[in-house]
Amino acid sequence: MNDDYQSIFADGLWHNNVVLAQMLALCPLMAVTTTATNGLGMGLATTGVLLTANIVIAACRNLITQEVRIPVFVLLIAALVSLADMAINAWLHDLYKVLGLFVPLIVVNCAVLGRAEAFASKRAVSASAADGLAMGLGYTLALVAIGGCREVLGSGTLFAHASLLLGDSFAFLEMTLISNYKGFLLMLLPPGGFLVLGFCWPASGCWSGGGNRRWRNGLTRSRPNRNGRRPWLETARK
Amino acid sequence: MKLAFLKSEHRQRLSYHVVLLGGVALLTSAAIGVADHLTRADIARRQLEDLQVTLQQVVPASYYDNELVRDTVAVNDRTGEPVTVYRARRGGQVQAVCYQVRAPGYGNTAMVIAIGVDRAGTLVGVRVISHNETPGLGDKIELSKSDWISRFTGRSLADPQPDQWAVKKDGGVFDQFTGATITPRAVVKAVKGGLDFFAAHRALLLDETTAQTASVASVSAGEKR
Repeated sequence: MNDDYQSIFADGLWHNNVVLAQMLALCPLMAVTTTATNGLGMGLATTGVLLTANIVIAACRNLITQEVRIPVFVLLIAALVSLADMAINAWLHDLYKVLGLFVPLIVVNCAVLGRAEAFASKRAVSASAADGLAMGLGYTLALVAIGGCREVLGSGTLFAHASLLLGDSFAFLEMTLISNYKGFLLMLLPPGGFLVLGFCWPASGCWSGGGNRRWRNGLTRSRPNRNGRRPWLETARK
Repeated sequence: MKLAFLKSEHRQRLSYHVVLLGGVALLTSAAIGVADHLTRADIARRQLEDLQVTLQQVVPASYYDNELVRDTVAVNDRTGEPVTVYRARRGGQVQAVCYQVRAPGYGNTAMVIAIGVDRAGTLVGVRVISHNETPGLGDKIELSKSDWISRFTGRSLADPQPDQWAVKKDGGVFDQFTGATITPRAVVKAVKGGLDFFAAHRALLLDETTAQTASVASVSAGEKR
């Protein structure tokens, strides 16, 4: 296995994007992407946890055995999220008021567990850190894109309340694209999330156009392997 | 890795798995315990600061010259739960009181709402302190996202009439949000409940209990100035 950072980042950001190609972490996606700002907040928080979880698990990968790896990963990830939650609450309290809603949701984010299983448990610490960062940024990208679509269609604004998340210097991001917009409620409700996601998948090309590249890197979808089994979450052999 | 216990034949033993899983559980629990110990005081201080900020929002500064956070009285509400009431005094006389009410939000997660009521039973301020409502839908109860919550100011049990204390969908006077009726409905109901609480314990809350009634038994003395 090579540690080609360029391909790690290309995969994480686009070709093997958590949402658009792997179709993981869709539950928090539906819940928070009512605005682009919420998507950005959730994406950044997830990136932090993905990065640390990948580093910790890659560092412990020689100790963890195949049989108990899942409970060990779950414990490590849940502990990391709890630590992050408490630290942000105590020392970055203003950020916590904005992000506090999203942080506990990361525990159930299967993308973190997915990367631990598919990448960090097999690769070196540095490559795993790069993968965590790339996957997190790719997730952020997808969340902001889908949140932006839903926000524009649903309430006619873009990046509303961004200054609450990023500080007043980012107030210029807040845009009202359609003034006197009556709102399109469906887009803000969960069905809107499914609709936008359904249009984003084919539009991104990750879903059908990834070709062999996706089978080679990271998670694969159901396709029979040499033994005739259909691995659901299994790293493809090179 | 030269450590003996890392050899593959040892790692296949059941005892290795047990020790590994137990060790990780112990380590993570210890880390969380240490972090909790380190952050508890800071978190409590931040929450007290938040409380002070909230109290200042629901009770205008012109109402008091005392330290609100320290002048409290605990009164049991209808369900028997103690409610901590913060008294805003000016010249020793209670001008307004502030307390928290709870409301079941969307999905039955508790919303905490602070309300300030003056001597006449008129709302001087209402703020939502914490909630788990859907971002983009139910969170318009926050002042930072919508001025909806400020429309309670000036209302009382007589304005509007009791049967009008509801969202418009239910025949009342308060707006609901696009896509979220449950949240504002719960807030309206909780604020009215808070006013009922004030009406029921008015003398006690305003510290004018010359006649000792049975209800005083439920009062635990707060810190007096």
